[in-house]
Amino acid sequence: MNKNQVNEFVFLFRQPALNLSPEGQRELQKKWMDWVGGIAAQGKLASNGIHLAAEGSVLKAGGVVTDGPFVEIREILGGFIVVKADTMDDAITLAHGCPGIDVGGSVEIRTAFA
Amino acid sequence: MEQHQAALKHLFKQEFTKMVAVISKLYGLQHIEIAEDIVTETFLLATETWGHKGIPLNPPAWLYTVAKQKTLQHFRRNKIYAEKVMPQLSLQQNESEEMAELNFSHQNIKDSQLQMLFAICTPAIASEAQIGLALRILCGFGIDEIAEAFLSNKETINKRLFRAKEKLRNEKIQLELPPESEIPRRLDNVLHIIYLLFSEGYYSKTQNEILRKDLCIEAMRLGLMLTEYAKTNLPKTNALIALMCFHASRFNARQTGQEAPILYEQQDVTLWDRSLIDQGIDFLNLSTQGNEITSYHLEARIAYWHSQKEDTHEKWENILQLYNQLLLINYSPIVALNRTYALYKANGRHAALIEAEKLKLANNHFYYLLLGELYKTIDNAKAKSNYERAKALAKTQTEKQGIQEEIDKLD
Repeated sequence: MNKNQVNEFVFLFRQPALNLSPEGQRELQKKWMDWVGGIAAQGKLASNGIHLAAEGSVLKAGGVVTDGPFVEIREILGGFIVVKADTMDDAITLAHGCPGIDVGGSVEIRTAFA
Repeated sequence: MEQHQAALKHLFKQEFTKMVAVISKLYGLQHIEIAEDIVTETFLLATETWGHKGIPLNPPAWLYTVAKQKTLQHFRRNKIYAEKVMPQLSLQQNESEEMAELNFSHQNIKDSQLQMLFAICTPAIASEAQIGLALRILCGFGIDEIAEAFLSNKETINKRLFRAKEKLRNEKIQLELPPESEIPRRLDNVLHIIYLLFSEGYYSKTQNEILRKDLCIEAMRLGLMLTEYAKTNLPKTNALIALMCFHASRFNARQTGQEAPILYEQQDVTLWDRSLIDQGIDFLNLSTQGNEITSYHLEARIAYWHSQKEDTHEKWENILQLYNQLLLINYSPIVALNRTYALYKANGRHAALIEAEKLKLANNHFYYLLLGELYKTIDNAKAKSNYERAKALAKTQTEKQGIQEEIDKLD
């Protein structure tokens, strides 16, 4: 592998369903925007990814379709971003401070293959 | 007398771009240098003739008549007309025997200028040469003025323009609008060049304030030209014009007659041009139609908030979020620094300091200036050492002096 090659990592965000007031929602949204803005300000955001609505459907074997929101799942996949980092450790450092973690969520950090 | 000279200069500048566009439209962009020569000769004759006889009632009409004659003479005299231009023209004009005549109608001038704008802003030319060519052909600036704006010399600029025109010829760029389906994409390049022209004027290192203002006005004129044509009057066009209006509104407040511009924080609000701010708001409203959010939209909205001098939390929170968005589509160190400054104003010194330390923009003196500002009251020794680094990296004496004043305030 080229030594100068920038590695990309995907942050997958999971978060429990939250029952927030509009004010609380706005506050949390601001924290997210400031946090992603902070990664972008370091020039380390490769893609702002895709953000997912809480509602959706799941198709399982036998044509069984279940509707979301997926209350039976503790954490809902909320979206992802792609970041640039030299190593997995650097990527983990970047993930610190993610506002989802403070509200009981998590960030899964995965190496992305080109 | 001086006023008279300035008025003539202004007239020539305006008419230069119109006449070169119209002549090039008829005889082809490959003959653009001949078009420039003809127009220059026309101006020489005008200066001489008007010197004894006084200025005619309708100066542009006088210029057009002379330019027509000179153009015909030129192309007749040179075999180019018979051998190259005429066959092409006759193909286009159903083998008309008549020698085509220049058409200086208002509509043809407008159309030719718009086509010239697209031709010059072809992605084929490197952007530095492109700005020079735009200044010459689209704005009518003299070579000496262009050299001054770029802090360069005439010879370098001439070479650059020559290469750019050669490129126009080699790439066989035509004076025509791109097909309708391609306009939105090609428009991006046109808007980018207008944006660079404006920035060249607004942030230029030249101390010639009249020249700088001229550059900004010309960039705005080109932007407005695009709004007169439905297919180029897109929301992003309006966003760029809004952005230029907001910046230009502070033009007088920034001028000091000194080497360095007066910084935003210290500007006299009464010198802000209220009518330009209002026009900016109108264009900003027009820019919100449609779904596309360009960096011009975001920058225009940031500039709008900066036109509100009152230092409210709402203002800085909005600016911060706009910078957050801008970074997602258009990262640059200076945007990252501005975003961190907005973070300081919206979320406080401590939060901003943590983020600023992560930026690691070594060798950027604005970075150390920001760190110096953020460390104030938290750790004055660190504030001082950062200011010292900024001072060492600053390029001009005025900047160094300004930074020294900050250091002195800390002691």
